[in-house]
Amino acid sequence: MSDVQELIKAVNQADSADLLLKTVEDLAVVSDRAAIPTLVEVLGFNNPGAAVAAVDGLIQIGEPVVAYLLENLDGYNYGARAWATRVFAGIGDPAALDLLLEAAIADFSQSVRRAATKGLGNISWSKLAPEEVKTAQQKVLDTLLLATEDGEWVVRYAAIVGLEALSKTLTESQPDLLPKITTKFQELTNNESEQVIRARIQYAIRRLDRA
Amino acid sequence: MDDFNNSSNSNNSSEAEQLTLEQAIANLNQKVDLGARYYAAWWLGKFRIKDSEAIAALLTALEDEQDRAPDGGYPLRRNAARALGKLGDKRAVEPLISCLEFPDYYVREAAAQALENLEDQRCVPTLMKLLEGGVVQATRVPGKPHLVQPYEAVIEALGTLGATAAIDLIEPFTQHSMEKVKYAAARAMYQLTKQDQYGEMLIQALSGDDLQLRRSALMDLGAVGYIKAGQAIADTLAENSMKLIALKGLLESDLKSSKDSAISPESIHIMNLMDSLL
Repeated sequence: MSDVQELIKAVNQADSADLLLKTVEDLAVVSDRAAIPTLVEVLGFNNPGAAVAAVDGLIQIGEPVVAYLLENLDGYNYGARAWATRVFAGIGDPAALDLLLEAAIADFSQSVRRAATKGLGNISWSKLAPEEVKTAQQKVLDTLLLATEDGEWVVRYAAIVGLEALSKTLTESQPDLLPKITTKFQELTNNESEQVIRARIQYAIRRLDRA
Repeated sequence: MDDFNNSSNSNNSSEAEQLTLEQAIANLNQKVDLGARYYAAWWLGKFRIKDSEAIAALLTALEDEQDRAPDGGYPLRRNAARALGKLGDKRAVEPLISCLEFPDYYVREAAAQALENLEDQRCVPTLMKLLEGGVVQATRVPGKPHLVQPYEAVIEALGTLGATAAIDLIEPFTQHSMEKVKYAAARAMYQLTKQDQYGEMLIQALSGDDLQLRRSALMDLGAVGYIKAGQAIADTLAENSMKLIALKGLLESDLKSSKDSAISPESIHIMNLMDSLL
């Protein structure tokens, strides 16, 4: 048996939460494609520590994970979907863009909306066909602007983080869209009820001014 | 479990939505259907019904003798006390203080929690009385799943109320053998003294073996806003949604304490941690 197979076997045989965490960490760190199904399976266990390790491992492996995870996403509980969304968000592959756009607005779980919203700011645009980029960025912008009105503070916070990241991209690709973001930031500075979100906007503006 | 706050909110039964204020008050004032009374008391608190008649009915329920549990307890009084804690009406303060000396442990516990929410200093001396005898007397009641007094609730209330007079009484409880009591004391001691040693105790709890305890330490650190806990919170083995709430507490505390409008380096550190957990 190869080393990876040994590590996979160890995960499958873990009989305590602590052992599961340790074996998943060991498996995640080798960044091997063969580990994908096992790491994806761990996302469905109710073990936050192990799930964090599995997410990190899957993001490390990157693009090859996306197709597998898209195919196996159905039927997961909301916890697992949140972790899977974090994987997509971390990898930033445009193949998952439609899923992230949908999840950011429509998912019933706030942790899924949160992860998707952040992920929308982290898309690897160079992997998308050049003629599709403009429309896709416009969609991302519209979705993030909508997410600033979410009922959950944490999704609104993630929307600011997403908009800040998108601003950096737009400066290169479509600077004509930037005023929509600045106007929104101004509006929220006056109207947003959560102090931490107003502070995050202030931080975003400061960083964008210095860029 | 990442969203357990959501899931616990979603179990409002259809019955809950059908009850009206008039019905709830009527249910609470009648003496035939004990289940309906019990439910009405809960309902008024749950939906924050700040109606004068409702308060009066709850205060009456606080003296009920009819609804008795097999263990001799007073279920309706417990629910009425909890509801009154949520309604913010100061008329409830004195009656709730009387409840602190009532024989039913769970009535005392509910009253302490309610008084914490009502933020009224009048209850401090009676709360302090419950800590008399110190750790030595804070033992389990034989045959019951609880200690002599609701120490956790009492200590948390004293911390929230800023009762610095209680510092000497609370301090020994940071050595209590029950972890929940110990950390309630650490939390209160941090609120009352702002000394790092108590914040550090709560940080230690973040690396404990029990997930429930780690979650509870996260909430404690967020509530007291111990700014040095940021990295430890981010590194805790728990759901990101809980860590984000805790970090939000830290950030709010730092934003309140900084005098000028510029964001402090500490705030920026917390925001960077929050970004990484989204």
